[in-house]
Amino acid sequence: MELTAKQQARNIAREIDLGAMERGVPKLNLEEEETCIEVKDFNLFYGDKQALHGINMKISKNKVTAFIGPSGCGKSTLLRCFNRMNDLIDSVNFNGQMLFEGGDLNAPSVNVADLRRQVGMVFQKPNPFPKSIYENVAYGLRLQGVNDRVTLDQVVEKSLKGAALWDEVKDRLNESAMGLSGGQQQRLVIARAIAIEPEVLLLDEPASALDPLSTLKIEELIHELKEKYTIVIVTHNMQQAARVSDYTAFMYMGELIEFGATDALFTNPTEKKTEDYITGRYG
Amino acid sequence: MSKQTISTWFKSGSPWVWLNAGAVSISVVMVVGLLLLIAVRGLSHFWPADIMALSYQEPDGEAFIIIGEAIDTEVISALRLKKTGVDLPEGQASGERHLVKVGNRDYFGLDFRWINGPWVGEINYPEKIVSVERREWGDFFGYLTEVKQQGKTVASGDEAWEALQTRLDRSNNLVAEIKKLERKEIGNINHGLEELRLETRRLELDGVALGSPQHQQIEQERKQWDLKYKGLQKQLSDLNTALNRDQMMITISDGREVEIPLAKVVEVTRPNAMSVWTKIATYGHEVWKFVSDDPREANTEGGIFPAIFGTVMMVMIMAVLVTPFGVVAAVYLKEYAKQGPLIRLIRIAVNNLAGVPSIVYGVFGLGFFVYYLGGNIDEIFFSASLPAPTFGTPGLMWASLTLAILTVPVVIVATEEGLSRIPRAIREGSLALGATKAETLWRTVLPMAAPAMMTGLILAVARAAGEVAPLMMVGVVKLAPALAVDTIAPYLHLDRQFMHLGFHIYDVGFQSPNVEAARPLVYATAFLLVLIIIVLNMAAISIRNRLRENFKASES
Repeated sequence: MELTAKQQARNIAREIDLGAMERGVPKLNLEEEETCIEVKDFNLFYGDKQALHGINMKISKNKVTAFIGPSGCGKSTLLRCFNRMNDLIDSVNFNGQMLFEGGDLNAPSVNVADLRRQVGMVFQKPNPFPKSIYENVAYGLRLQGVNDRVTLDQVVEKSLKGAALWDEVKDRLNESAMGLSGGQQQRLVIARAIAIEPEVLLLDEPASALDPLSTLKIEELIHELKEKYTIVIVTHNMQQAARVSDYTAFMYMGELIEFGATDALFTNPTEKKTEDYITGRYG
Repeated sequence: MSKQTISTWFKSGSPWVWLNAGAVSISVVMVVGLLLLIAVRGLSHFWPADIMALSYQEPDGEAFIIIGEAIDTEVISALRLKKTGVDLPEGQASGERHLVKVGNRDYFGLDFRWINGPWVGEINYPEKIVSVERREWGDFFGYLTEVKQQGKTVASGDEAWEALQTRLDRSNNLVAEIKKLERKEIGNINHGLEELRLETRRLELDGVALGSPQHQQIEQERKQWDLKYKGLQKQLSDLNTALNRDQMMITISDGREVEIPLAKVVEVTRPNAMSVWTKIATYGHEVWKFVSDDPREANTEGGIFPAIFGTVMMVMIMAVLVTPFGVVAAVYLKEYAKQGPLIRLIRIAVNNLAGVPSIVYGVFGLGFFVYYLGGNIDEIFFSASLPAPTFGTPGLMWASLTLAILTVPVVIVATEEGLSRIPRAIREGSLALGATKAETLWRTVLPMAAPAMMTGLILAVARAAGEVAPLMMVGVVKLAPALAVDTIAPYLHLDRQFMHLGFHIYDVGFQSPNVEAARPLVYATAFLLVLIIIVLNMAAISIRNRLRENFKASES
């Protein structure tokens, strides 16, 4: 069934109202938030092709920020800049500044491994290691040289509980993680990421490969996680963005078109392009 | 109608399926046929065949008796038979001739003999015929008449057989004891004396004057060794005297009575008197002897244990060398090197290396490893024993290294394949948790690529175990005096030359003075070589499968 633009907009607005009421959150204001990551005049090129154009934005601490926009608009690219995953691609060049807690995260003095320890990431497709469930969660700690069994046990339990997976896997921690379902694998990957207690969690379309029930669980999880972590989520699903996020950024063709509180952006977009996108006129 | 049927038949894909299935069946038939041929030809050699006593009537002489094993029968044309003096009856175009193993090489000159079918008279299988396996001169057939002790008859007639068995056990035990003494004790003494000689030479090179305390010490030790050696020599000569005590008398087919000292006898059997079960037991015993004994008589008799040992040893050392080397090279090419024309060129070169004829690697091994590397090692570390080379001569180490170079492209290619199959997501997952590139490699990527490395290793082992040509230049010999592993420190002697099944086949097949005796051994050795390659491969494959289990889900 084709939804008319109006119906679509109404659907999204409903998500917002429901979400806001559930959480009992008063109106948000970007200017009053504590900044976690600040992007200043950031341009990025894949070879000759410019993928990000002059991005300026502030990611708020302990809030959920969603990036929406059509495919290829640069939202994943921007997300991957926050923990320098783009370093892995040889042809990437950039200019401009990106500050993490006040310091330039692209500075030569920054240890990339340390940065990624503080800025964790969960990918679109669940990517558990072909190891046991336990070892998957303990991976990050073992990297830091933590091999004490008691500590590891505690962290594994805490992280799995944090990712709402503990009850499902507590009896088979030593079985291969590859035996879990897709949704469980994705929560395992989140548990793996929060086991090393990062400050920021980057979620790159974390639910796009999952069934609706698993998606729901992930979304609930995001609500819980934002108490402790700053979360940035890239999503194709506008309802999802409306449900889980406090702030939303709309990107188009590598540019940041509009950025603001989620309910305001969805109910009363200031830009024509944003309105066209959320009402389904293109994208 | 029929045209349409054919075209629909083609469209249905059936011809293609038939073609594929046909190709597979032909391959299977060829492989199974090859294995069957070498297995049957090789393994039947050890069966204790009946020994016949046939009367043979040549037209211009008297009938006489031939004792021997039937080996082969051939149908040849009347014309060829005529040339050997046989006139076939009118109208018969061809006749048979038989190959008989008559043994007794030292008395008859040849131990195989062709006889013409039409001249063969009555054939008997007397139970009393004995087959003697000797340490020298091959098998011996005849009738046992007497057993002697120091020239005096102690048993004759029917009792002789019983007496022979107990005395044979005794003499075989003595032989084993002597061998042990020679190999181990005297080997130790020789090693000790050689060490002392090297020590003296070292002192000489260091410019220590004669008569120094060190020299006196050496002299004293030498005296001790000499004393020990004299004791052993006495022991040995006593054993030899004891060994030479018994003899047996055997009447051969032409009626001569021959004395054979038991010291020269391995085993005496009476195949014609054996039941099927005894024959099966004897067969097993013979096969075991073939697998576990040292070769005798220019490799045409006895076992091939040193060759089996050498082959397995060389392949294992090769595997230990090639795996880390190939894996490290592949990791660099795939993970660290900046992909570009240079790397592409290197990759092409590596792939082409796999196509270089193996003898070229042999030449390289001889020139670089043996003469250059080995020569330099000798000069630096073993200068005392020069001019006698230690590593500057073909040996196990250089053979393994040469084969490692020969097989390294296979390992590199397989490992690279494995590395590129690992999903990018897994690497990113590890990096996102704060792992460095090296940590990601060690903890996640390499373990996941392990099955691919094993595949490379399997291919490398299969190729290396079958390679002969390069080995002839870098370490394989017809007969190695000692195994590469023994009880003298450092236990593993990589500088020693070794025997190899592949070379053994070549040697027995082409360099043997006794073609007929060697032929079945060629088949048996070939069969064993194939068997060993299969066992080595199976071992590697089972390890790979176990590794694969762990990562099964992630590859789907």
